[in-house]
Order: sequence, then structure tokens, then C-alpha cells
Amino acid sequence: MGMIEVRNLTKRYGGTIAVDALSFDLRPGMVTGFLGPNGSGKSTTLRLILGLDRPNAGQARIGGRRYRDLRWPLREAGALLEAKAFPPGRSARDHLAALAASNAIARSRVDEVLGLVGLAGAGRRRAGKFSLGMAQRLGIAAALLGDPPVLLLDEPVNGLDPAGIHWLRELLTSLARQGRIVFVSSHLISEMALMAERLVVIGQGRLLADTSVAELAARGPSLEAAFLDLTSGSTEYRAAQPPAVRHPEASS
Amino acid sequence: MTTFSARVPAGRYRFRHAARMEWIKLRSLRSTWWTLVVAAVGAVGIAVTVGLNTENAAGDLTNNALAGIIPSLLLTGVLGVVFMTSEYSSGMIRATLAAIPRRPVLLAAKAAVLAVLALTLGEAAAFIAFFAGGATLPAGIAAPALGQPGVLRAVLLSGTSFCLIGLLGLGLGAIIRHTAAAVAVLVGGVYLAPSILGFATHHIAAYTPILIIGNSLSTTKPVLCGAAAAQCPHFLPPLAGLGVLCLYAAAALGAGWWLFARRDA
Repeated sequence: MGMIEVRNLTKRYGGTIAVDALSFDLRPGMVTGFLGPNGSGKSTTLRLILGLDRPNAGQARIGGRRYRDLRWPLREAGALLEAKAFPPGRSARDHLAALAASNAIARSRVDEVLGLVGLAGAGRRRAGKFSLGMAQRLGIAAALLGDPPVLLLDEPVNGLDPAGIHWLRELLTSLARQGRIVFVSSHLISEMALMAERLVVIGQGRLLADTSVAELAARGPSLEAAFLDLTSGSTEYRAAQPPAVRHPEASS
Repeated sequence: MTTFSARVPAGRYRFRHAARMEWIKLRSLRSTWWTLVVAAVGAVGIAVTVGLNTENAAGDLTNNALAGIIPSLLLTGVLGVVFMTSEYSSGMIRATLAAIPRRPVLLAAKAAVLAVLALTLGEAAAFIAFFAGGATLPAGIAAPALGQPGVLRAVLLSGTSFCLIGLLGLGLGAIIRHTAAAVAVLVGGVYLAPSILGFATHHIAAYTPILIIGNSLSTTKPVLCGAAAAQCPHFLPPLAGLGVLCLYAAAALGAGWWLFARRDA
């Protein structure tokens, strides 16, 4: 299992281009952050890598193969695309047991990953009753189920409390140190600064930077300033400047 | 840099792995079980009611005992729809396809698991309804026996209709992907079409699912309409009716498979 190669990946929905000739490589042994403003195409890129959507051009390969050609997908790449991606009536354990059966993963692994993400006591509860943070942990458990050498996680810190974010950061950096590919999307540069070694930055579906955190930080007064400067040309949804605050006395 | 070496076993995932996943999914939802239990109880309850209210031995007593199959089918049809559409409404489809990316394998596994469960329950419901309907006939009216001509065939074929309407629902779910819309098409196609077509042309009406089930599959003798014989459709013989019903299920599944294999998830 070598690298993930994304080459010229392009996806249009109707007339809008969501991912535009995107190319990058992901290397094992480090956390790579996938950054971009809201609507920049991060989720679409992950869906294309997983073969959920068909690209209009280009391709993504995991260890030289397309995702759909993997022999045991969950043992070769684990993914978290969104929290709450399970029917509300099913228990967390049944959800994971179904996924484990699909890739001939030992049933004992279900309780193992539930313990690993801190849901050992909640395995029998209906997953629909989970908070967003617990649902996110269940999604991470599903990604880890096959003990895969590749992890692709879309906004995994969403909904986690500060202790949960700290836990996830430790978990992902230790998984990366074991020699796995860990690819984590986020729109929070501050979070990525604490976790990632490399960054793939996109805006409006195009690659803006494929760099190390240190290199990006060196481009501006701070990492955040450098990031905002990099993405300023491609931010689709931006609030208007806040109106000047008027003093109450001034209006009377 | 050491590269993490995954312990990936030899071989690859197959149909049986996908089927195991789908079986766990289907059995771990309580709605599956109450849907099927209500369907079976409804079929048997109507058989008992019809049995108790039978006045004479004229007509097809086997067909009467199986009268509850048709309303119950709606539930297995809906189960088939929801088995597919809940994947989309819950977002589970992405986890499912990440586990089994070859979509034809996945849909085949879903169809097989649903078919086995619906067939088992459908046959059980048909046989229990048949015996319950016979047992509750008033004194003096002989209950039909499985050994009489056409009776075993009528009961067996009625049981298969649960499976076929379930598969029709699954196919519609794969085509339409939204629960409410797919259920509406199912109800429209299976329950309303005969009454609408019945006014237009009787001969086409004989090809609609519930008239096939009610007047072809579950009968021991050809249905005649007595005084209204001039307007009576020529109902299909039992096995031809079964064939047409299989075609409907296959067409829905085929179209669903074609779209499922091509569309973004």
C-alpha cells in the first residue's frame, strides 16, 4: 500500500464545477489537512475518491487501484463522510456489525472500536438518540473498523467537545505515526495547525496550495493570515462587512 | 518512514459478504418485524372473518381463505421500498457503498435477503390463512383440503406474491429513492391501476398485479363472472399470472439496477 494519487479530478453538477482538475498525492506517516472555505469542493473530492460520485474527468487511486476495485475496501481505506449516516432505529453495535460482516471483519472488532472511540457503554442504544458528538464518534469507529492503512475523514471534529477534539487529535496523529495515510478535511485552519503536517488547500474546486504547515505559515504574519490571503480570491460565501456601530447618544 | 502494513487477507468480498451485511441491517430494524407480523396477522384475520361469514359451499373456498393476502401485500411492498429508500434518507448508502463498492453485488444481495425473508413469511401466512379460513367455516360446509385439485398450487403461489411484491417495491425504491414517492407509485401501480384500467378496458385489467394475485394465483378454478360474463376479463391461468408478476418485479429491479449502477450516490 503506497500512496493515494488524485489526478486531474473533475466533477460538474449541471453547470457548476465542483472540483476542477484537482491533482495531489497523499503520503503515509503523517496527517494531511484538507482545507478550503465552505463549498470549496472538499466533500465532493472525498466522495469522488470513494467512488460514490463519478468524476467527469480524471481519477483517484489508492495504492494504484480505484476504490471500487479494492478487494476488501474497509480493510484498505476507512472513511467518515458525515455524522448520522445510519438509520435512527439501529443500535450502534448492529450498525458496525453489518459493516464488519461486509468485509469479513471479526465480530470482536466491533466492541474493540466502540471502546476505542469511547462508546463502549452505548453500543446497544439506538443510534438515532445519539448527540452529534456521539454520532461523530460512531462514524470514526466505522472508519477504524477494518484497521485500514488509509483514513479519509470529512470534518471529523464537528460536534466534538473540547475533550473530544483533543482525543481525536491524539488518535489521528498516533495512527499517522504508525505509517498510515490520514487525510482530514476541515475549514478550521487553527485545528489543522495543531494536527496536520501537510496541507492541501482548495478553493472553488481548484488546488491553491499543496504545502507543509510551516511553509504556509511563513507566507504571512500568521498561519491564519496566510490561509485567509490564499483563499481570499475563492471564497464563495462571505458575510458583508459588519456595519459601523453607532453610539446610542448619537441617534437621539 | 515505515509504511503501515495492513493485514489484508487473501481473496475479496463477495456476494455472501454483502448478503450477510444486508441481513444484519434488515433484522436489526424493528420496523421490519412489525411490518411482516402485521402483514401475516392481517392475512390470517381476514381469512377467519371470511370463513365465519361463509353461507354456502358455492364458489372457491380456497380463494376466499386467501382473500387477506392482497391487502397484506401492501406492507411487504412498503418493506421492499424502505429497504432501499432508508439508505438514502439516513445517509447510510455512503457507508454501505464504501463497504461494498460494486453496486450490482449490493443490489443483488439486498434482493436475495428480502426475497428469502418475504417468501418464508408469505408462505407461512398463506398456509396459516388457508387452514384458519377452513377451520372457521360454519358446520356443514366442508373445508377445502390441500390434496384437492389446484388447492396446494393456489396456496403456494399466494405465498410467492409476498416475495414478488416485496421485490417490486425494492426495485421502485432503487429507481425513485424517496420513500413517499416510491410508496405512492407502488400503491398507484398495484392497487389503483386495476380500478382505473377496469373502467377503460377489462382485458388489460387482468394483467394488473392484484387481479393476477386475486384471480389467477389464488384460485383453484377459473374465475367466471356469472351474470356479468360479457364484461368479464379473461384472467390469466395461474402460472402465466406468476410469470407476468415475475416480469413486473424483474422490470422494476432491472431499471433500478441500471440507474443504481450509474447514478451518484
